[in-house]
Amino acid sequence: MTINKQKWEKEILDPFIKKTPERQNEFTTVSNRPINRVYTADDLAGFSAEADLGLPGDFPFTRGVYPTMHRGRLWTMRQFAGFGTARDTNARFKYLLKNGQTGLSTAFHFPTLMGYDSDDPRSRGEVGVCGVAIDSLKDMEQLFDGIPLEDVTVSMTINGPAAILLAYFVATAEKQGCNLNKVGGTTQNDILKEYIAQNSYIIPPEPGIKLVVDTIEYCAKHLPKWNPVSISGYHIREAGSTAVQELAFTIYDGLEYVKYSVARGLSVDSFAPRLSFFFNAHQDFFEELAKYRAARRIWAREMRRRFNPQNPNSMRCRFHVQTAGCSLTAQQPENNIIRTTLQALSAVLGGCQSLHTNSMDETLALPSEKAVQIALRTQQVIAHEAGVVNTIDPVAGSYFLESLTNKMEEEAMAIIKKLDDMGGMVAAIKNGYPMMAIAEASRVYQRQVETKEKIIIGVNDYIAKDETPLEILKISHEVEQNQVRDLQRLRRERDQTGVREALDALTTVIKGQGNVMPPLVACAHTYATIGEIAAVLRKEYGEYRDPGIF
Amino acid sequence: MQKKTRILIGKPGLDGHDRGAKIIARALRDAGFEVIYSGLHQTPEMIVNTAIQEDVDAIGLSILSGAHNYLFPEIIKLLKAKKASDITVFGGGIIPEDEIPMLKKIGVKAIFAPGADTRDIVEWVKKNINSDASTESR
Repeated sequence: MTINKQKWEKEILDPFIKKTPERQNEFTTVSNRPINRVYTADDLAGFSAEADLGLPGDFPFTRGVYPTMHRGRLWTMRQFAGFGTARDTNARFKYLLKNGQTGLSTAFHFPTLMGYDSDDPRSRGEVGVCGVAIDSLKDMEQLFDGIPLEDVTVSMTINGPAAILLAYFVATAEKQGCNLNKVGGTTQNDILKEYIAQNSYIIPPEPGIKLVVDTIEYCAKHLPKWNPVSISGYHIREAGSTAVQELAFTIYDGLEYVKYSVARGLSVDSFAPRLSFFFNAHQDFFEELAKYRAARRIWAREMRRRFNPQNPNSMRCRFHVQTAGCSLTAQQPENNIIRTTLQALSAVLGGCQSLHTNSMDETLALPSEKAVQIALRTQQVIAHEAGVVNTIDPVAGSYFLESLTNKMEEEAMAIIKKLDDMGGMVAAIKNGYPMMAIAEASRVYQRQVETKEKIIIGVNDYIAKDETPLEILKISHEVEQNQVRDLQRLRRERDQTGVREALDALTTVIKGQGNVMPPLVACAHTYATIGEIAAVLRKEYGEYRDPGIF
Repeated sequence: MQKKTRILIGKPGLDGHDRGAKIIARALRDAGFEVIYSGLHQTPEMIVNTAIQEDVDAIGLSILSGAHNYLFPEIIKLLKAKKASDITVFGGGIIPEDEIPMLKKIGVKAIFAPGADTRDIVEWVKKNINSDASTESR
């Protein structure tokens, strides 16, 4: 069985290399991981196909979370979209659904992400620019106008004010007459990674986690098909982490939410099956593929070891993937279609449950209709033409892939152990560990690009002299004016006493440490605005400030 | 003895994209400048106040939220109002090429686009930011 590699090196490789040396002394991944010339069975010493791989749908789920994977159901094609007013985004949603998209994913503008109304002085210049402006239930009703929420699942990228937006969503579904038992979707609601990387937080970590657990508890009871948290490595990676850091920090964040929910008194199997993940698909094809496989294995093993769930669904790491925005270039943007295709392929081969493919123009602006259509078509070509969905986990058994998967699991576990030793993620955030580790990895990568150790086509090599600029989507200033005008009209026309009472009821629940979700849904129905509700959170819990570590 | 050039790297606006700001802050510090990083979610007032209190020679603004056409002019206006126009303003981020001339016209000294090399930025700062001039004028 074993191959005599030493003999090969001596007799075949060495004389060859003497005459024609390799192009580089070292070959590394985008995360600066050295990769060997060739892998053999020797790289899999101690590896057990039974214990480490298993079969799809069975522990430790390395090969996939379901027994039939994409043969049973293709991944959900879910393009992240949002700009301008709720009316503008509603039209984009309908365009995407008409083009064969199978789920919706909502991008909110920064004021909503940070819990400010569109007419707050801090919102100036940002209204509807990087996402859709949602100030109240009124906008939410408009956003999903004509879209039956029992039939289409909706993902919402919202974190600091996730509980508020979930309340708006529940109220919208109620007003549509939906049966909440049938309404499916996801709130990102992963507050830990906000402090680590994405930075859209409002309140400090401890109460931040408390609100996450409130939504987990509420969904377990009232929204059984909802994924209350999408534990996200995407933004950790975009901030510059390595693949292993993304893996370790993300899985650990997930374990933390389980820990806090169990401490609340919830049984692990009552909520863990609905936890889902969100990973980045970066540029290094095999490293990413191994990352998804390692993620499933680590989650299954750590969940079993720490919480002993009885329902296998509590150990299934289901995940969404988005291709890496940070890998795209403003230079020769058409090349981004190719980058995205490769990244999407790694996600599909890695067994994703849903996927967003970036549009070629996203380093310049929000995507145009044309660009987003190409991005969606990329997924459809992979799904229907490339033949890659015919069999499950086709890379299993590859010396390289299995050894890489093992290695990444091992390294991620070392970080997870370190986080345990620090006393958990909140303690780690307070001492700045994840932020510093990411900033350092990002600095190393930048240096490698600048010294051309890493080649980026069109940026540090193969540079084009003349480039024709793409047609990009621009958001007009009228969006801000219109949004502010509509918001101020809403404030004049609604029942002020009802709003005041609902906000007071929320304050009372917060002071009594009750679950905030029921009073938030009540606030939503009175058309209390996001700024008004977030102001209550800021007042009761305090505000978190960026420590500005660099 | 010549005073070290002091630079404020500022992140105005509500977005959380700080990878670029941190890279630039680090590169400038490694090149020997005194660097102050504002942290995220700063209002134009906060940035201008910090710049004046810290007696910086330049402010480098990182903007990836699309709000550059509001934030740059606002910060330059506030610097003027506080008689601190000697502080040079430069910046970078997701800024469409056709909008750069307008920003330069109102007084932004340089805009670095995605893909810019930190060594070029360091060189630019060395050439264009003069610590003596700005301390004397205040």
